[in-house]
Amino acid sequence: MRRFLLIAVPYFWLLALFLVPFVIVFKISLSDIALAIPPYTPTLDFSAGWAGVRAFFSALDFENFTWLTQDDLYWKAYLSSLWIALISTAITLAVGYPIAYAMARAPEEWRPTLMMLVILPFWTSFLIRVYAWMGILSQEGFLNQFLMWLGIINEPLTILNTNTAVYIGIVYTYLPFMILPIYAALDRLDESLIEAAEDLGCSRLSAFWLVTVPLSRNGIAAGSFLVFIPALGEFVIPSLLGGSGTLMIGKVLWEEFFSNRDWPVASAVAIILLAILVIPIVLFQRNQQKQAEAEQ
Amino acid sequence: MQSTVFTPWEDPDAKPLIRFQNVTKRFGTFTAIDDLSLDIYEREFFALLGPSGCGKTTMMRMLGGFETPTEGRIELAGKDIVGVPPNKRAVNMMFQSYALFPHLSVWDNIAFGLRRDKRPKAEIEARVAEMLKLTRLEKFAGRKPHQISGGQRQRVALARSLAKAPKLLLLDEPLGALDAKLRQDTQFELMDIQEKTGTTFVIVTHDQEEAMTVASRVAVMDEGKLIQVATPDRIYESPANVYVADFIGDVNIIEGRATPGEDDTYAIDWAEGEVPLQATSATRFDKGQTCYLAIRPEKVTISTDRPEGAVNAVQGKVLDIAYLGNLSTYHVELPSGMVIKAQTANTRRISRRSFTWEDPVWLSWTVTGGVLLAG
Amino acid sequence: MNRLSWFNTVSLTLGFAFLYIPMVILVIFSFNASKLVTVWAGFSTKWYGELLGNEAFLDAAWVTLKVAVLSSSIATVLGTMAAYVLVRGGRFLGRTLFSGMIYAPLVMPEVITGLSLLLLFIGIGLDRGVLTIVLAHTTFSMCYVSVVVSSRLVTFDKSLEEAALDLGCSPAQAFRLVTLPIIAPAVISGWLLAFTLSLDDLVIASFTAGPSSTTLPIKIFSAVRLGVSPEINALSTVMISIVTVGVIAASLVSKRSMVRQQKDEQEAARAQ
Repeated sequence: MRRFLLIAVPYFWLLALFLVPFVIVFKISLSDIALAIPPYTPTLDFSAGWAGVRAFFSALDFENFTWLTQDDLYWKAYLSSLWIALISTAITLAVGYPIAYAMARAPEEWRPTLMMLVILPFWTSFLIRVYAWMGILSQEGFLNQFLMWLGIINEPLTILNTNTAVYIGIVYTYLPFMILPIYAALDRLDESLIEAAEDLGCSRLSAFWLVTVPLSRNGIAAGSFLVFIPALGEFVIPSLLGGSGTLMIGKVLWEEFFSNRDWPVASAVAIILLAILVIPIVLFQRNQQKQAEAEQ
Repeated sequence: MQSTVFTPWEDPDAKPLIRFQNVTKRFGTFTAIDDLSLDIYEREFFALLGPSGCGKTTMMRMLGGFETPTEGRIELAGKDIVGVPPNKRAVNMMFQSYALFPHLSVWDNIAFGLRRDKRPKAEIEARVAEMLKLTRLEKFAGRKPHQISGGQRQRVALARSLAKAPKLLLLDEPLGALDAKLRQDTQFELMDIQEKTGTTFVIVTHDQEEAMTVASRVAVMDEGKLIQVATPDRIYESPANVYVADFIGDVNIIEGRATPGEDDTYAIDWAEGEVPLQATSATRFDKGQTCYLAIRPEKVTISTDRPEGAVNAVQGKVLDIAYLGNLSTYHVELPSGMVIKAQTANTRRISRRSFTWEDPVWLSWTVTGGVLLAG
Repeated sequence: MNRLSWFNTVSLTLGFAFLYIPMVILVIFSFNASKLVTVWAGFSTKWYGELLGNEAFLDAAWVTLKVAVLSSSIATVLGTMAAYVLVRGGRFLGRTLFSGMIYAPLVMPEVITGLSLLLLFIGIGLDRGVLTIVLAHTTFSMCYVSVVVSSRLVTFDKSLEEAALDLGCSPAQAFRLVTLPIIAPAVISGWLLAFTLSLDDLVIASFTAGPSSTTLPIKIFSAVRLGVSPEINALSTVMISIVTVGVIAASLVSKRSMVRQQKDEQEAARAQ
């Protein structure tokens, strides 16, 4: 009985507040917009009995999904989200790998402090960290002031409200997610493997490419997924740092819901986003499993 | 063909393959290697033996190019190699942890060094096949390191480091990770491969039995210095000092004062009211000089009665018996409280055990049975 | 011996500069006398004073705190149960679905989680307010808690529990007297994680909050959309300081207990 309760309480909580909501989203994505409360039809009417249920199902259709393919705003937004997520993941990797590498090579007694310094931003508010860049990237912001003071530019660059600002924002906020798994992989790397490679004729650089990189690829993969997956559905960064030209699906969904109040289309957007995310999520799970098996 | 015993170190004209000249290595204030000079010859199987922290691993890492000496010169085939990076040396190393690349197959691990030399593909394939055959790993070429046993991994590491046909192969505790039975088999295999390939091997070990089994010469090290460099039998039978005698095998050490007699024979006063012990020594001892008589347990005979005409005989009672199968070791306590170990071979399968606990017994040994040491 | 090469030193310096300079600038300009956040006009703490006088922010902060404490506490209980079920529960019907539901929210875009919960609340006619935010936050943060706790439970020596049972504990007693004290650090960090996630969350709260229950991130977001303001800088500084003090204190405490444990072990070894 106790065991039943132990399993049932979290189980039903998740069923009710995670799975059921998804079924609802899916159902609404098949409904039509209506000027009513709630603003969609059909609604399930049990009072009409079996006929009501049948009427309900016959009114569901894939109209919204057809709509998504017709209006090029949506598929452009999906493509641009994928592109932005991909580019920023690549930049985060390029920025994060040297930091993780240097941390793993740092003296033993420094490492806990370095770890703490990487984790600390993660505990501070995401919103505030994105906000911090608004003052830096604006026309009269610090970056422009600094670059003009250096004499590199004469006129302020427009960075805020462009895709560049979105890249910077994503790289900045998700950098710890990239550093930590790579650091974990490099930390486990046996120093004698590098020495063995050098002993067998590798230069420092070729030992890095032939041994260090392949052996940290699980960390690279984990870090990349941890950046790519949330970046794809990101909302805060494009809406604060991006401009009107920045198309990201999280923002489109938000606007569809709050500004246009088109719940069925918003739901359809969500379902498609989820379908796109399934691929990287499954790949990520596989990577994690492989890593867990390799450790055993 | 003339069959001569392999002893290049006794030939004054022989050119050493490796020469350490007054090499010192310090890490901060710690001196790991202290003004050490040593010659190692081609085709030798040379063992560096000592407890952990004695500097043997540092010696090896300097040969591999992973450490540079603070002072002194290291020559390989007549050329100074200090400052030459590991990837530019005709020296390969077999790591203690084997350091097999976990992401590469056995075949790719062995081919790794050959590929770095940009050798033709056919040559690499032929060489890897040869190495696989040498180490009997043909069946495992496609496996990853974690899919083979510890003994097989050890052989992959050996094959990989031998593949480039180095002038010198360094082996860092090569058998440390194997269990006792496997270790014995592997020791003979190592010797066999060394002989077949004609490569000079330098092995680092803390296991004296291993060093004695495989090596043509053994260097016993302590605190960054060489204590004795000699063939295994000389190390065992004529240790240079008490440290070496004690480190290699089991030994009884009796402290006393020497009195010179005739023909290099010395009388040793070792205990109040006891007959002085007799021992020969080529090194001179002055009258009254402190000396140590080192006697191996197997050189001590145990008997119920005092043997006729025995030069050295002492009486005691049996304290402990350790039955080892092929041997039995008796711990005998002398009236002074000192414990002497005596070993007998159990040559008969069923025999009445001659001695038991608390039995009064006589221990005896010949005048040449022990070695007289100054310290 | 293990000194850093110049390349590694440069990477670390640039990396940490990138991570910290934006926040340092933010903090410095919270003490700016000018309304313009990019031009320094002398030291002043007036924005902090104004912050204290801003009823709307204080109300939102109070709501946020209430939501965070409630949701993280419920999430810790549920998440620990879920972790225990996952690691020790054995087989039961729908186990795969259960572990899927634990891991899915971790990778789910917040907009989708928020949207789906909102549609649920509307569907069942639940008025949006503090309760709905708490329900929403509990749901996603319990998954984080359960991941943290289960990673500790996996390394937990099961024979300790078996010993407790052998010595006469009921399973519940064994959990309370043996398992819980040992996994306590993981449970506490799970709670802290859930707490900060709830404090931080903008998107899910925006979907599930009602007009009367605005949280601090929602408030900040709507203010920030209009541009940079020194008052937000002051608020950010307060939040950053609290987190910094908290994280440093936590790491000092854990370091001290580690040092003490090492010392105890050394002494015990010497006493032998």
